[in-house]
Amino acid sequence: MGNKTALYDAHVAMGGKMVDFGGWDMPLHYGSQLDEHHKVRKEAGMFDVSHMTVVDIDGAGATDYLRKLVANDVAKLAGNPGKALYTGMLNEKGGVVDDLIVYFRDPGYRVVVNCATREKDLAWMNQQAQDFDVTLTERPNLAMVAIQGPLALEKVKEVLGIDWTAAIDGLKIFQSFARGDWFIARTGYTGEDGLEIMLANEDASGFWQALADAGVAPCGLGARDTLRLEAGMNLYGHEMDDDTSPLEANMGWTISWEPASRDFIGREALEAQKQAGVENKLVGLVLEERGVLRAGQSVVVDGTERQGIITSGTFSPTLGYSIAMARVPVSVGDTAQVEIRKKLVPVRVVKPSFVRNGKSLV
Amino acid sequence: MSEIRSELKYASSHEWARLEEDGTVTVGISDHAQDALGDVVYVETPEVGATLSAGEEAGVVESVKAASDIYSPISGEVVAVNEALEDEPETVNSSPYDDGWFYRIKPSDESELDKLLDAEAYKAESDEG
Repeated sequence: MGNKTALYDAHVAMGGKMVDFGGWDMPLHYGSQLDEHHKVRKEAGMFDVSHMTVVDIDGAGATDYLRKLVANDVAKLAGNPGKALYTGMLNEKGGVVDDLIVYFRDPGYRVVVNCATREKDLAWMNQQAQDFDVTLTERPNLAMVAIQGPLALEKVKEVLGIDWTAAIDGLKIFQSFARGDWFIARTGYTGEDGLEIMLANEDASGFWQALADAGVAPCGLGARDTLRLEAGMNLYGHEMDDDTSPLEANMGWTISWEPASRDFIGREALEAQKQAGVENKLVGLVLEERGVLRAGQSVVVDGTERQGIITSGTFSPTLGYSIAMARVPVSVGDTAQVEIRKKLVPVRVVKPSFVRNGKSLV
Repeated sequence: MSEIRSELKYASSHEWARLEEDGTVTVGISDHAQDALGDVVYVETPEVGATLSAGEEAGVVESVKAASDIYSPISGEVVAVNEALEDEPETVNSSPYDDGWFYRIKPSDESELDKLLDAEAYKAESDEG
């Protein structure tokens, strides 16, 4: 038996097919993963993401601590309370300990890290915290619900009522606000507009049911994965891990090189990599004929003996054919070949982003 | 609870086989198998005329989640394939025992059917996981 979120009973009651995910009993789908996927692209769906690890970072040294801990620079958030950024926390050799979102609570910060890496992350964060005047507080009393899709904001406003409308209307993308235990952020993992809402565990099932009554479809981890993959968003353990450089995981944009004096963990290793030139990059692959690209399949690239590898692959419900993310030699051209069941199949190489706001980018 | 039809024979790899009146055998995957796979998006059937041995790879069924090989429960020559699955692979989910059949084979040795599991034995096996 795994850990259960505050919404476990609601999932079972709604017909969720429960599976183990990083030690948590989570819904894979509630009948059809495809239907759930389409619902998010066209209307609104909701995901229980309470299994994710929420940590509040407070104290006079919180900013200095995070400027050391993560590759992006939280100083960019100054003067913009509620603003969030996505980044990685790196180890000394420049590998990714985890990817995370940092919200600026002013004062203090809130970070959300992955559930499968929770213990490693907390150990690492606590170890780095020793030199700073900072306290780390995990918030297991909070549930988290992601409401995503073109109608997501409208549905949430309908459920929460007039007192919340102005605050939600005022939210820019990657912005958040807090009210009591409620924490509402315009972030997500689907490539659609939407909100991620943290709230007390005891309020979660009532909120979930009210959203369902408003027509928001419960969606499982299956749809979450196809949606994030279409959006070209990384999944820890697939696109990157402790041994992968963010420069080879399409995370260069999450690193702040300026000011040069900021000595974040992993900086030295990344600068050396940049100077030497990285060998691989993360790309998108598109297979327009029949078949499905899967993680672990080899990618053959013209002009080099070195092969690439698919880090995540799926059938894309929105596009109707298979897509993948792959780490391949930087010399890759516009096409490559993937080995599927001992046959080489031609694929198109694109930027690793396939669908945004319901529209195809490939 | 997934459906297990009493008139069918099953392989432990989750294919079913049905002896038709004309002596051919129809092959598909069980309700339990389609449920475990989730939404099916692509089916690769064998070619008509192909000769298969029992236990030999006969095709592939791919869901959003995973790819799964199909093994022929019985030896013989493939006499028909369900071409409708090319455009509507989701039929495997909605009708695994009827419209979602994969191929029909002319058995070289009908007694191989007796080596397959009956409904009760298959149920016992799939309950164990």
